[in-house]
Amino acid sequence: MSVSKEDVKHIANLSKLNLTDEELEKYTTELSDIVNFANELSNIDVDGIKPTAHILDIKNVFRKDEVQPSYDREEILKNAPSKDAGCVSVPKVVE
Amino acid sequence: MKEYEVIIGLEVHAELSTKTKMYCNCSTTFGADPNTHCCPICTGMPGVLPVLNERVVEYAVKAGLATNCEISRFSKQDRKNYFYPDLPKAYQTSQYDLPLCIGGHLDINVNGNKKRIGITRIHIEEDAGKLIHDAYTGDTLVDMNRCAVPLIEIVSEPDIRSADEAVAYMQTLKSILEYLEVCDCKMQEGSLRCDVNLSVRPVGQKEFGTRTETKNLNSFKAIHNSIEFEIQRQIEVLENGGVVHQETRRFDDVKGVGYAMRSKEDAQDYRYFPEPDLAPIVLSDEYINNIKDNLPEMPHIKKERYVSEYGLPEYDAEILTSSKKTASFFEKTNSICNNPKSVSNWLMGDFARLLNEKEIEIDDSKVTEENLASLIMLIDKGTISSKIAKQIFEEMFETGEKAEDIVNKKGLVQISDEGAIKEICQKIVDANPQSIADYKAGKDRAIGFLVGQVMKETKGKANPQIVNKLLLEIINK
Repeated sequence: MSVSKEDVKHIANLSKLNLTDEELEKYTTELSDIVNFANELSNIDVDGIKPTAHILDIKNVFRKDEVQPSYDREEILKNAPSKDAGCVSVPKVVE
Repeated sequence: MKEYEVIIGLEVHAELSTKTKMYCNCSTTFGADPNTHCCPICTGMPGVLPVLNERVVEYAVKAGLATNCEISRFSKQDRKNYFYPDLPKAYQTSQYDLPLCIGGHLDINVNGNKKRIGITRIHIEEDAGKLIHDAYTGDTLVDMNRCAVPLIEIVSEPDIRSADEAVAYMQTLKSILEYLEVCDCKMQEGSLRCDVNLSVRPVGQKEFGTRTETKNLNSFKAIHNSIEFEIQRQIEVLENGGVVHQETRRFDDVKGVGYAMRSKEDAQDYRYFPEPDLAPIVLSDEYINNIKDNLPEMPHIKKERYVSEYGLPEYDAEILTSSKKTASFFEKTNSICNNPKSVSNWLMGDFARLLNEKEIEIDDSKVTEENLASLIMLIDKGTISSKIAKQIFEEMFETGEKAEDIVNKKGLVQISDEGAIKEICQKIVDANPQSIADYKAGKDRAIGFLVGQVMKETKGKANPQIVNKLLLEIINK
């Protein structure tokens, strides 16, 4: 396996996901398959090819620094599962 | 105890004073109602397309040129992934391996000694939102107004060796950013803040010690005190045979104590990768040279000019030019009254004192350049004494009234009529035989006492040079 159970646990932890033992097995296999598939690219000879910073051949896409109206607060908070005092409310994180 | 050497590097975050956010047209104005400067782009809704604010690039290049950096002809943005409620996208758009500016330096002045501090890089990135702790519910409230406000992060080399050097570096950087007008540098509002990376090692040891990072310091005092605290803490740990852990720390400015924030098992893993939604930034020589040619006069150049052009002492020039606002007030006032040393004395003396007492900035004061210039001209013409001028200035500062109006209203015109002054001098000499005897016995100070008595009698309105002259004439008769 190119991805270990420990790797999956680490990634799950970074993503704030709790995995059951079965899920851990399953994702270890599936993620290994994905990484193996992507690793095929390593077999390609890239000598003399410049590193790619962006897949499209574009550069300097800018906008002017001009204020436009923002969204209504109600609209912005519409999807929040919990809100209070005009803010999104989340479980305590401030030490 | 062994002797230790301190190694410090600073990461300074400066919010850019653009009108709009980094990737959308929402306003960046500070202090708005929570979540009223937000749109789907800055709140991380799926399917949106961010577009970079052109002024962000311009401001970052200005900062890079003013700190002697090389400007990258090719630069890109990257995603820095981490999970925290102040970051709705769950990644911060930043720059990883191809920052906009590389390899500069700043010259700082510490207690009269010049020192060069290297700058590793300057990159552009977005700010995070603000978390407010709700004491009533115990929950955390998220205000996303600050999400995606543009920042530059200025990373120094580990060249700093003390708290004083760190503060001098920060002050120099602040004054440059103010001169460039790319950041309002209001530290109390968090628009200029820094992280301190610090380690200690026994003198003579080659390898660096383990460093800690103290985050988000937003006053010179906090920077100074947190460094002193952390140096002491690390030395004590080592002296007691312990090990310094690599960790992120906070500093409580009120208690004067630092503490660890994140434990090390929570090791950072940002999984940087190139930002696919944003195009690379390619800058031409023409673009860079155009910005270079239009940079304002920098503080250290202005300082030299104040010495050569106005004949000011270096000390005055240093203080006047450390703030752009003070320098511009000085130049405008002097262009009217043409007495640089006197303008400087007022700005560094009574004016500075009153501004400090009121805790306001010079441009918030009621005294205008025109008013200060006319006050100085009244002194220079001999209309008022410099002692009375101080009194008038206090009133100008309080009320914003013009110097002439206060002089006329209160009848403070200086008495330069020798006849009138001579009469009062004679009266004072007659009333103080002991002082005359002292003076004749060689105590020069006695004359100062007599001058003081005459000034008191005339409520400070007598011309002190004339008083001095007449007193000597009477006594030596």
